Amino acid sequence: MRALSVDVRVSYPEFELAVTQAFPGTGISGLFGPSGCGKSTLLRVIAGFERSATGRVSFGDEVWLNGRSRVAPHLRGVGHVFQDARLFPHLSARGNLDYADKRAGRVPARYSFDDVVNVLDLAPLFARRAHQLSGGERQRVAIGRTLLARPRLLLMDEPLAALDTRRKGEILPYIARLPTAFGIPIIYVTHALEEVTQLCDRIVALSDGRVVAAGGVAETLERLDLADVQGRFEAGSVLTGHVAGQDTALHLTRVDLGVAALEVPQIGLDTGAELRLRVRARDVSLARTRPDGLSIRNVLPAHVLRIAPEPETAFAEVLLDLGGQHLRARITRAAVQDLGLVKGAPTFALIKSVAFDRQALPRVMPPLGG
Amino acid sequence: MVLPDLGPLLLTVRLAAITTVVLLIVGTPLAWWLAHTRSRMKSVVEAVTALPLVLPPTVLGFYLLVFLSPNSTLGGLWLTATGTTLTFSFLGLIIASAMYSLPFMVQPLQAAFEAVGRGPLEAAASLRATPLDAFLSVATPMAVRGYLTAIVLTFAHTIGEFGVVLMVGGNIPGRTKVVSIQIYEEVETINYAAAHSLAAILLAFSFIVLLAVYTFNRRFPVHPG
Repeated sequence: MRALSVDVRVSYPEFELAVTQAFPGTGISGLFGPSGCGKSTLLRVIAGFERSATGRVSFGDEVWLNGRSRVAPHLRGVGHVFQDARLFPHLSARGNLDYADKRAGRVPARYSFDDVVNVLDLAPLFARRAHQLSGGERQRVAIGRTLLARPRLLLMDEPLAALDTRRKGEILPYIARLPTAFGIPIIYVTHALEEVTQLCDRIVALSDGRVVAAGGVAETLERLDLADVQGRFEAGSVLTGHVAGQDTALHLTRVDLGVAALEVPQIGLDTGAELRLRVRARDVSLARTRPDGLSIRNVLPAHVLRIAPEPETAFAEVLLDLGGQHLRARITRAAVQDLGLVKGAPTFALIKSVAFDRQALPRVMPPLGG
Repeated sequence: MVLPDLGPLLLTVRLAAITTVVLLIVGTPLAWWLAHTRSRMKSVVEAVTALPLVLPPTVLGFYLLVFLSPNSTLGGLWLTATGTTLTFSFLGLIIASAMYSLPFMVQPLQAAFEAVGRGPLEAAASLRATPLDAFLSVATPMAVRGYLTAIVLTFAHTIGEFGVVLMVGGNIPGRTKVVSIQIYEEVETINYAAAHSLAAILLAFSFIVLLAVYTFNRRFPVHPG
């Protein structure tokens, strides 16, 4: 399990990227930030495509960039899934897969051509050319092609950005099972928080060419000073729980959070499966006493950890403790005053069941062939 | 109908074929460099490459005559080394034709390589393909229509040249007398029947070649991206 270590600088007339960051050699690391923050540029530096990069990039004991001297991209063994798929138009889907498989040659492989085809369900697409595939199918072939080059590190540059919500839902499960199925560390670039919470084991947040936060998904996303990276609209937190049961008649799934339970719109997972749910701060309301006669299904007892009024606005961010897990709420400063909220005060967090993201994935995928 | 002397016609086809092959070898790396370089020299090289498009053939022919003549450095060296002259020889004709038709090879290829772009090459590199491998297995097949256009235009343009050939090659039967010069000669000597048959052959040939190219392009459209 080789770790990637990056200490680089890229300068353009209007933009500068300066990043010092280590990426572990397992799981999915999310590279997250708004458009134009340098995510894709950093990925291109790691792949070796950025000629103007200076600094140091190393993978295990191999040095890929030292000062200005670069190891050529094709010698790095880095797979790159591009936002626009970049399938070769003169080859069929099968031809694209063979192209990579052939060039992997004598690289020791832990998986076969058929393994990749099965996991990504590619056989029905073999005969078609790129222009005869839908956006989602194209990305699946592109991911399969990249895996067949037997990369030691997989870079994915917003592979779902060009897809609509339904296609995203189709392809997310495939991506989620890659690290366990193929044992390749992934750096996953996105500006969509849903993808971060569902796929990633940790995130590195970029803003304006700098790393502004890095660490586990839940604790990084809950940091209040991240608001400018996420945009206030998207600010939220991540809860981890287990499926406790299904109500098929009312189409609800009960999720056990340890100290409390949630009801969310039905998720097709087995009882006991671990999952993550993202809750937007603006979807959380607070009450000092347990309210009665409400349509809101989820009333969670909590304690106030921190209150951060947003200067020059009507709002305040309240960080809550939920038996060890953290939850962000965005309410008005007037409400903070009226409720008499202070650090340590017991409170109830109210979340509408409809506020949860529609898709959710189990955190541990069945092994290959399962 | 009087059957004209077909020697010049065959010589012309040979000249055009050899010129096309020479330009494929020289023009491909030049077009590749122009398509991908960020050098400031790019504009200069592009302008030089395009010169034969705008210069009168006689000007180009005149300079080539000067540079290839036995009195010049190059022509003199050639004379000492081989005992023959570059001017008024088939080899001189190939050099002149290659100069004259250079933009017809380089410009379509450059446009085709630019249309392919860096994207597919980066994809190939990320799949462990070496740069040469990526050029042969990705860029070349994706640029196949550009190659076809370049080859046909170069070949056809070389067939049709007149001024440069006349200046550099003269009019030596079997060595430098090409079909366009023969037609000119037949007209000069008021031998319209022979001029007619040669002209008709050239016209039909050119039309059939162009028709074949456009039919091919329709039949095998390349779907980019």
